[in-house]
Amino acid sequence: MIEKATVDAIVAHARRDHPDEACGVVAGAEGSDRATRFIPMLNAAMSPTFYEFDSGDLLRLYKELDERDEEPVVIYHSHTATEAYPSRTDINLAQEPGAHYVLVSTRDGADSPEYDGPVEFRSYRIVDGEVTEEEVRVVGSYAETEGEH
Amino acid sequence: MAIELRVPTILRTYTGGAKAVNGDGTNLAEFIDNIDGTHPGLKERIVEGEPEELRRFVNVYVNDEDVRFTGGLKTEVKDGDVVVVLPAVAGG
Repeated sequence: MIEKATVDAIVAHARRDHPDEACGVVAGAEGSDRATRFIPMLNAAMSPTFYEFDSGDLLRLYKELDERDEEPVVIYHSHTATEAYPSRTDINLAQEPGAHYVLVSTRDGADSPEYDGPVEFRSYRIVDGEVTEEEVRVVGSYAETEGEH
Repeated sequence: MAIELRVPTILRTYTGGAKAVNGDGTNLAEFIDNIDGTHPGLKERIVEGEPEELRRFVNVYVNDEDVRFTGGLKTEVKDGDVVVVLPAVAGG
């Protein structure tokens, strides 16, 4: 479950950085499974086929999350020429078993703001090399779903 | 006094869930060996190969400095230092 504004922000970031891959996290309170704070990151690899957070940025990010009792609820990145499915590299390097790995694809013209088709936006758990896709439910706000499980 | 290791979530299975553990050593290699003595298995997740090197997709910081720029496993450490291990966030 993810808020519409967050989905829009992730897609906008992916379009902005196309043809390079875009990456970032959406943080939330520890244990809440609510992705509430959108944090776009720099792709230090600046590549159309690879992404990596800069090591200094990574340290600052995790310190900040720690201080705020937050965790990376969502880790997102874009694929710019292939489907929004984890690549072999994505699977090998995934090291946050608790995170939702979100992939968007900006292939086939989806990078353009004028593109009016649906943008591929999919979510996975990646644990010990096992990929499990999960349904993405987009809501207006988490507040309106209170009481649901 | 001791040297503190901040353990990332994915490696807390080696520390019984603890976010931080203490060890000793005069450089990073010794410190990691020392920690591995009390928490077997941790070392293998941080270093690889022969001669030993830091794994490419694991970042290690001593007092906020990425050790890739300070001598890698030979980086000196002392009582009171804080060693942070963070898996890279990367993919293709």
